[in-house]
Amino acid sequence: MARLKDLPAGERELMMKIPMPHFDSTPFVTGKPLSERRVAILSTAALQTRSDRAFAWQDAGYRVIPGQTQPNDIIMSHRSVNFDRSGFQQDYNVCFPLDRLHELADAGVIGSAADYHYTVMGANAPEQLEDTARHIAGLMKRDAVDTVLLVPV
Amino acid sequence: MIREHTLAIRPPRALWVPFELGRPLGVPNDPAFQTRVLRAALELMDAESGPVLQDYPEDVPSELAGADFTGMSCPIGLPQPSSSEHRIVEDLLLEIQQVAPWYDLAVSQRGRTTVGISDLDVQQAGRFLAGYLRDESTPAPREDLTTGRLLKLVCEDLKAYYSEAASAQPGMSASIAVEHWLFNETVLGKLLWQLRNTGTEHEDDEIKFFARRSLIPDRQIQYKGATAYHP
Repeated sequence: MARLKDLPAGERELMMKIPMPHFDSTPFVTGKPLSERRVAILSTAALQTRSDRAFAWQDAGYRVIPGQTQPNDIIMSHRSVNFDRSGFQQDYNVCFPLDRLHELADAGVIGSAADYHYTVMGANAPEQLEDTARHIAGLMKRDAVDTVLLVPV
Repeated sequence: MIREHTLAIRPPRALWVPFELGRPLGVPNDPAFQTRVLRAALELMDAESGPVLQDYPEDVPSELAGADFTGMSCPIGLPQPSSSEHRIVEDLLLEIQQVAPWYDLAVSQRGRTTVGISDLDVQQAGRFLAGYLRDESTPAPREDLTTGRLLKLVCEDLKAYYSEAASAQPGMSASIAVEHWLFNETVLGKLLWQLRNTGTEHEDDEIKFFARRSLIPDRQIQYKGATAYHP
């Protein structure tokens, strides 16, 4: 998330014009203490492993980033140019905090980090991503994930 | 993602952060800063009812927050571009050579690179981009991709190569400093603008979309006073 006033005028207007989905209610659950939770990251930065397919123009699919992926194997193929990439280039944790999550697991702050993490390309409309989101949710359940850290870019 | 959108969507738990788009954890290479942000987000799991929208109180250090172009200067000494449009391939390849030592240093320090999305080496990528601008019938080095798709991947690789090189220099951590240099002070930047100018009305819809919306950031377009194309 960012400050609206920091965006260029055109991008600011575009952001304000984007139709927002309406939800009648907010699903809300409580659960285990943080120290017992298994956490997965879902990033909208269109990250991928180096050997995977680049995101195409209207790609509403997802890519998997295994928890043990080597730093040099995490790259980006987002179609938008209206967010900073130089931070990611210096340190992927600034938009995909995989190392930080593992450190919190090692320190016992969270129960564990998931074996698999996921990325989508956030430039798509939310309804285009619904099937993908449901599919990822199913995969996370099978990985015993009970907490999702959604990181918009 | 902006606060106004989160207010409308009302997710169960959300942490609003004041950082620029692309840096949701705030500061690259600052694990302590990132950990504070991450813990603040994860601790929202302790909330008993919601929706919860909490504002993160800490901003990035001021030297990273600049969004103004004044005082920007060229961080890497580059050759003066040739005055001849026929030499754009040679000019770009020469510039890539000039940028290479800083890129190599960046890779060595970080142990990684984000270049490689096109599966071409950077010289091949540069040769294709400049060759295409000189003559659109220049053979593409990958036959499995459309020209528009390959141009996008090639441009992303070249931008990443230059950006990684520039951000390895002292005082170049702010995204705007790197971006401003790339798009205004380099042969590559000149060619990216040229690609935009020739592509925005292209008969190929993929090239047209790419040139209008997926090549040059809006803040650079605004800075130049160029025509913006929004959906």
